[in-house]
Amino acid sequence: MSDVVERTLSVLPGLLGQHDPGTGPGGAGGPGRVSATSRLGSLIRSITALTSKHEEEKLIQQELTSLKTTVSAPTTTLRLMKECMVRLIYCEMLGYESSFGYIHAIKLAQQGNLLEKRVGYLAVSLFLHENHELLLLLVNTVVKDLQSTNLVEVCMALTIVSQIFPREMIPAVLPLIEDKLQHSKEIIRRKAVQALYKFYLIAPNQVQHIHDKFRKALCDRDAGVMAASLHIYLQMIKENPSGYKDLTGSFVTILKQVVGGKLPIDFNYHSVPAPWLQIQLLRILGLLGKDDPRTSELMYDVLDESLRRAEINHNITYAILFECVQTIYTINPKSELLEKAAKCIGKFVLSPKINLKYLGLKALTYVIQQDPNLALQHQMTIIECLDHPDPIIKRETLELLYRITNGQNVIVIVQKMLDYLKESKEEYAIINLVGKIAELAEKYAPDNEWFIQTMNAVFSVGGDVVHPDIPNNFLRLLAEGFDDGKEDVQLQMYAVQSYLALLEEEDALYPQKFLQVMSWVLGEYSSLVTDVDPEVILTKLHSLLKKTFVTSETKVWIMAAVTKIASRTSCSKTVDKLIQEFSNSLDTCMRQYAFELKHLCEDKALMKTLLPFDASCGDMVVDASLSFLDGFVAEGLGRGAAPYKPHHQRQEEKLSQEKALNFEPYGLSFVSSVSSSGVTGRQSPTGLSFGSDTSGNSAETGHKETNTLKLEGVRKLWGKEGYLPKKENKVGKENEPQTLSCGTLLAGQVGESPALQSDQVASLSEEDKEKQQLASTLFIGLGSNAGVSLMGKVDTTIQKFKRKSKINETQSSEEVSDFQISAASDFGPLLDTAPINVEDCEGNTHTRLRKSSLCSSDIVEENLAFETPQSLKKSGLDERLSDSRLSQSSLFADSNMEIFQPSPSARCEGASKTPLVPSLPEELEDLTHSEVLELCQSDALALHLCKILESPTYQFPVIEAQCVEHCQKCVWMDKICTQGILSASVHYQSELETRLQFSITLSLLDFIRPMEMTTEDFGKLWLSLSNDVKQNIKLSSSQDSLSAAMNTLQQKLKLHIVDTIGNEGILACRLLPSVPCLLHCRTHSGMLALWFRSPCAALPDGLLYQCQKVMEES
Amino acid sequence: MINAILVFNNHGKPRLVRFYQHLAEEVQQQIIRETFHLVLKRDDHICNFLECGSLFGGSDYKLIYRHYATLYFVFCVDSSESELGILDLIQGVFICFVATLQVLERGEEVFPYSSRMMFSQVFVETLDKCFENVCELDLIFHMDKVHHILQEVVIGGMVLETNMNEIVAQVEAQSKLEKAEGGLSAAPSRAVSAVKNINLPEIPRNINIGDINIKVPNLSQFM
Repeated sequence: MSDVVERTLSVLPGLLGQHDPGTGPGGAGGPGRVSATSRLGSLIRSITALTSKHEEEKLIQQELTSLKTTVSAPTTTLRLMKECMVRLIYCEMLGYESSFGYIHAIKLAQQGNLLEKRVGYLAVSLFLHENHELLLLLVNTVVKDLQSTNLVEVCMALTIVSQIFPREMIPAVLPLIEDKLQHSKEIIRRKAVQALYKFYLIAPNQVQHIHDKFRKALCDRDAGVMAASLHIYLQMIKENPSGYKDLTGSFVTILKQVVGGKLPIDFNYHSVPAPWLQIQLLRILGLLGKDDPRTSELMYDVLDESLRRAEINHNITYAILFECVQTIYTINPKSELLEKAAKCIGKFVLSPKINLKYLGLKALTYVIQQDPNLALQHQMTIIECLDHPDPIIKRETLELLYRITNGQNVIVIVQKMLDYLKESKEEYAIINLVGKIAELAEKYAPDNEWFIQTMNAVFSVGGDVVHPDIPNNFLRLLAEGFDDGKEDVQLQMYAVQSYLALLEEEDALYPQKFLQVMSWVLGEYSSLVTDVDPEVILTKLHSLLKKTFVTSETKVWIMAAVTKIASRTSCSKTVDKLIQEFSNSLDTCMRQYAFELKHLCEDKALMKTLLPFDASCGDMVVDASLSFLDGFVAEGLGRGAAPYKPHHQRQEEKLSQEKALNFEPYGLSFVSSVSSSGVTGRQSPTGLSFGSDTSGNSAETGHKETNTLKLEGVRKLWGKEGYLPKKENKVGKENEPQTLSCGTLLAGQVGESPALQSDQVASLSEEDKEKQQLASTLFIGLGSNAGVSLMGKVDTTIQKFKRKSKINETQSSEEVSDFQISAASDFGPLLDTAPINVEDCEGNTHTRLRKSSLCSSDIVEENLAFETPQSLKKSGLDERLSDSRLSQSSLFADSNMEIFQPSPSARCEGASKTPLVPSLPEELEDLTHSEVLELCQSDALALHLCKILESPTYQFPVIEAQCVEHCQKCVWMDKICTQGILSASVHYQSELETRLQFSITLSLLDFIRPMEMTTEDFGKLWLSLSNDVKQNIKLSSSQDSLSAAMNTLQQKLKLHIVDTIGNEGILACRLLPSVPCLLHCRTHSGMLALWFRSPCAALPDGLLYQCQKVMEES
Repeated sequence: MINAILVFNNHGKPRLVRFYQHLAEEVQQQIIRETFHLVLKRDDHICNFLECGSLFGGSDYKLIYRHYATLYFVFCVDSSESELGILDLIQGVFICFVATLQVLERGEEVFPYSSRMMFSQVFVETLDKCFENVCELDLIFHMDKVHHILQEVVIGGMVLETNMNEIVAQVEAQSKLEKAEGGLSAAPSRAVSAVKNINLPEIPRNINIGDINIKVPNLSQFM
């Protein structure tokens, strides 16, 4: 400490010597008043006196000009500079740019004394952003201050680092900050942890190696340091919960101590010990305990304790309670705790405090899917909240209702939502709610009429802000329909009729999107309605075209509709008139359409083939690889045309040409090699092809096509699960005895609670009665399962019955289980630069499911027949890729991964207790594969996983295995990260609808394959790649030779050793499917210098991390 | 994560603005304006949470605000923050501000209030009244100090130090340092002790209670 004091003392004379003339002791109100008389003070005062924005602007511009001259004057003292900085901060806050001062802020941070430095750093953190180029100038100052013996300076440096720091300069300060973790002062340690947290956020792979230091920080004797480290852990656990399960015990212990009041008293806030710390810990526990019974077991006690302790009636205890409830409902459930948590939610919901009520609704929304009874308990409160004056409360209530919607209450709930929509003016709320209504309508619509009318309301209220998916989905639904052709036609006819009625009104203004939908439907399906003359429809469309409010985009839609209708009528005056009118329109697009129409009208036969009826959902095969142009390309190349080069390659070549001296002979030969495989160059995005790729090209293209086709087929199922119930409902009518009985049963149950209440309160006002009536309509269908139900088993009976009747009706009997796989989006992207390629997946993900064997299905028939009279004919698998979700998170595509999935019928066998041991199908046995692991198991179904590391080259025949279903998924990594989790769930239905969830952790290494190539190829490829990463790592004594190191890399990372020359070696690998990564390594004096190159920017970073890891391990 | 902390007065004039994600100057001003309009529409008796839609690009953002005297304190947060936690944090930040400004304006040497008192509801109500006297402009007069306090509570959008007592203690120590720098017959020894205090935030954890002239009734009555 003494040295610090001495040092500071030596600075002091400087501090004391500077007197700012502007802030002399003249201020009357003591030292504090000084500022009010300063320049800043006068500036602020004059601005407050102004009345118009314009005057303010003028004044600030003046101020900025004077500041500009002051800061750039060489005579300006640092003290004055500090004053100027504060004024600049003020101007920036008002929204005026003052970029001329940025550099001076950096200078001030560099040169000033303590206080000036502080203002300098503050200004920097306010002015600059992470990628600002000037920020690099600050790095040196930070490094200097980090090494300072003055703790205040160190603190300031750590603070600025944890706010804003250039990513690429992290290595410069990392060791210094790591040292600070051992500092004797806790404030320094705490700030160091904060800085590391920042680094973790912006460049997680750079701090990978200090994870054990985070652990030390977690065990720090000072609670502040520990609390800071929790931020890092929360983040890391969010990304990869399975990696930190071992810490559960520590977190539980910490929370126990905090709750038990073991922290120093000044961590108390309103006599609650460290509330924010508690919240943080509860969150972490929730993440750790999710879907993990064993880990959850550890935390039941402490959660119970937290609930019990949080009794004081204060806001902050409610914050803790809320977090507790959320955690309890997130982790593996325990009925005792759930009961207590439910009581807590009651406290929130019933609280007169509006904030708590809001959170209560939020909590209800969160837990409602697991425990619908809770909604029943609070139904009257929910009804009250529906009429609450605060729109936020209302919206939250609607969100809650949205979660409990089912086939029976959908009409009431959607009506409530529409009512809210009509009042609301906030665009955001409208978009959000409109989406929900559309979803509910699609899922639960009781009949065609209601569905069309609701969608009409959605389009007219939602206007043009509705998400484009809504009209698209709606149209697709109309076009693709469902299994029953008759139903489809009815729906389409109803839509046409309702739109004709809407267009009947002369002056109605409809949103553009609605008009587009109308015109599309009229164009496609108006011919279904036989009692309306097409001429009438054409006239209507024609008159729309003339309206001024119709945008040109909508006009194109209308024109397309006209064309379609015209193809089905022999000749029409309106069409002729229209052609005439628009043939000389100023709008070129319209003119083109008019001409097209004219030519088509002249050739009716062509028109009919071009515009067939109801073919909108027919599959169109698109040859994305443009293989039909191969001949053309070959011809062009034959005539000596230059082969196509991808963009980056062209740039690379340009760069290499620009080099003053190019001694590398590879450039030329590379070009020639490209021309030899010119056709393939276009296919692989990297512009590289290897081995026999050329010949395999056409085969691969064909392969891809089949995939697309398959996906189309899947999409036809109409991803929204919900559409099925709608139909089922109707089917239910045919199945009267069954559905009726269940319906009455439910009505009886739901009816009970209001009845009870009315007994208690004899004299109910009319209003209350109304509310109760509303309640009984809203909450119908929720009370089917009494008592606390555990997670995942809450699907109501209605749904179940419906499903069965549906299977019965459609006779397809294939619908037994849905296999739904969705790549979870919680990947920890290791590298910021990872390309986000969303659309890629559709073409690449291919999925094969094999039907279960016949012998097993026979057994199923018997068993199920015994249970339900309407037996299932066959068991099969219906595989559904929820493509929307998958496409969002298609980080993986195509590493050959096998999921064994015994068919659901295994349950029948379960009675005889013969566990099925999964084995690989014969054709895969010979390939390199990992061990077969069990993923999860229920009484009916066990899932096993095996990763196949080689890609087989032949198609798989259907294998007859006893009750074992194989499902083969190919997964590719699209966005590079060290580890990813593939979460998926299997839905199947035997007696109850059951859902099995599992997740598979995949690491980058699973996607890395050796790449065989010659040294020459390596050289060519090396030059063509642009992203490189270099790093030196220390060799341990056991593997000090190059060959040992390379062998380690070969074995552990599956790199292919291309060549070794002296102390240099080259290795190659590829990321599936074909992203190459090359490694050049060299040993010198115990160090291994690694140099990676790859076309993908993130891949070298990821591989480097893996290399470091294996080298450390060995 | 906290995306922004905005403090503006009843007329929408910004008094303290801090963004934790990089946004263009115009976007920032736009956000301030829209936030002001959203908050202004709400009266004081409805809840303190507000969905702000696509203001920040995403859909998950919320505004959590409090209205003190003439000032609105608005925190824009994403869904990962605890609403009630932030609501209390705003109060904590507010108390720290007011306490600091009082120290700065009145030049009080030692904090006159005990740490436990500082964070009681009653005290906030009292402060609410004092704040009108302190004048909202002081917030900009001492902009740099106010920012420094904020830096101790929230860094890079993360709630960090919630041990408010420590923060206030630091402020006090810093104001001492400032005075020492002011040089009004400041003995070097005082400056040294000030520097010491800055370095050792653990020392003044239990601040001298001093003379309390505000009656503190039982807490529970006020909840």
